[in-house]
Amino acid sequence: MSTVILLLLTGLGLGGLYFLIASGLSLIWGLMRVLNFAHGALFTIAAYVAWSATAPLQNANPLWAWIAGLVIAVVAGGLAALLLEVFLIRPLYARPIGQILVTVGVALAAVALIEGIYGSDPKQMVLPTWMSASTVIFGEPVPNTRLLLIAVALLVLGVLLFFLRRTRYGLIVRAGVENRAMVSALGINVERAFTLVFTIGGMAAGLAGFLSGTYFGYIDPARGTSMLIFAFIVVVIGGLGSVTGSAVAAAVVAIVQQFLNFYAAPGIGDFSVVILLAATLLLRPRSGEPA
Amino acid sequence: MSSPLLEVRDLDVRIGQSHILHRLSFSVQSGGVTGLLGRNGVGKTTTLRGILGLAERTGEIIMDGEPIGGLRTHEVVQRGIAYVPEDRDVFAGLTVEENLRLAERPGNELRYDLVYDLFPELRTRGKQRAGTLSGGQQQMVAIARALLNGGNRLLLVDEPTKGLAPLVVRNVVDALKRAAEVVTILLVEQNLSVAHKLARDAIVLDQGSVGYVGTVDELMSDPALARRHLGLSSTGTAHQP
Repeated sequence: MSTVILLLLTGLGLGGLYFLIASGLSLIWGLMRVLNFAHGALFTIAAYVAWSATAPLQNANPLWAWIAGLVIAVVAGGLAALLLEVFLIRPLYARPIGQILVTVGVALAAVALIEGIYGSDPKQMVLPTWMSASTVIFGEPVPNTRLLLIAVALLVLGVLLFFLRRTRYGLIVRAGVENRAMVSALGINVERAFTLVFTIGGMAAGLAGFLSGTYFGYIDPARGTSMLIFAFIVVVIGGLGSVTGSAVAAAVVAIVQQFLNFYAAPGIGDFSVVILLAATLLLRPRSGEPA
Repeated sequence: MSSPLLEVRDLDVRIGQSHILHRLSFSVQSGGVTGLLGRNGVGKTTTLRGILGLAERTGEIIMDGEPIGGLRTHEVVQRGIAYVPEDRDVFAGLTVEENLRLAERPGNELRYDLVYDLFPELRTRGKQRAGTLSGGQQQMVAIARALLNGGNRLLLVDEPTKGLAPLVVRNVVDALKRAAEVVTILLVEQNLSVAHKLARDAIVLDQGSVGYVGTVDELMSDPALARRHLGLSSTGTAHQP
């Protein structure tokens, strides 16, 4: 029983990370029809910017360093996304192939740049005491970082749902996911909503980048790319443009992954996620369309 | 005659390899309903989409003396042109209230009283998802959305009675008649009896150009004219190509 609890909470923690990346990807695709392969780069850039900015403080005051790092990562992710949308994506709205090439290019260039500056070795994160400890739940010590990830993901889910359901821009985003042209035909500048959604997606990716360092204990240049693959799977399973769908799918994917990696064999969990994706596409062939 | 509310000069629209509108020119006077008529496929819907900037276009479009041909769709709409599309295009996942709220523009008077007076059903169905409404109710939402903003002076209404039951058609016609007391309407309508009931003036398109301009009464009372431009038989029914 205790192992099940541990696997479940670890899976939910990892699912929280997937959700933070997938929610932005899902909204960006749903509203803008942009397949943002550079989303993993935003994750990585934000994590490294936050790590660099707080490195001098990490040993002296890990808690404040962590809080500052979190804020810096969110701002860096949002800013990088804003610049990406305004300067590279916006001129290519009418050219989807161009968008794909640009975002793939940015993804590759960003990882190369990070490796050029910091090297490819992981950078350790010094965590506050509470985050390095565990909490005993049903007799099993569960690392506090897992609980933290679950709490942050739920908080972000709540904030995103509030934004989507209770604000005018959220209403525009929900309508735009259904029919962009008709939103414009109501006199609304839908491109402004594009920029906002891209920036929000970047902020969530930045948060995920920093929290991945908290979850794994280090950051490395390739993490964003590997997480992006799972995030794409989560987005397709959850329904493109659906934040709630992304949250549920992220939890399911991560839990299945954890359980099979433990009970079957290491690697089987990762493989099973691809099977889950294939099954979703077979049962719901229109998963690639907005939810 | 006073200067027109909308003036279209040399409007040219190509979609892919097809040249749909050929230097189309016409004007719409302020007030009442003007019918934009013609056989299927002559470019009526494309004309509306071209005016709005939903289809790429060249040529001049002048709204109340202001050139708007180079503006993007949302900017055209902000100049006072609203759109009721052929397929209604309500946001199915949003409630009726949310559909209407989207049409609000800051700084403009809102005509909720008029909208709920025309379509009382929308008030009671405010919390219902628009995707679960009947075709007629969705048409009400689409018309209400276009009427709501006090800044809208011209409604481009595309086949509002398409696919609706006769009783619902009557309601939509009544609503548009009353709406025309407040705004000018450029109406695309395949149902000629509806067009006749609503429109005073008619612009008939023929292969992407203007084939006839005059009153609907003149058009309908001259069988040869109606046959030539609309494909009407002597019984008044339209032949579809």
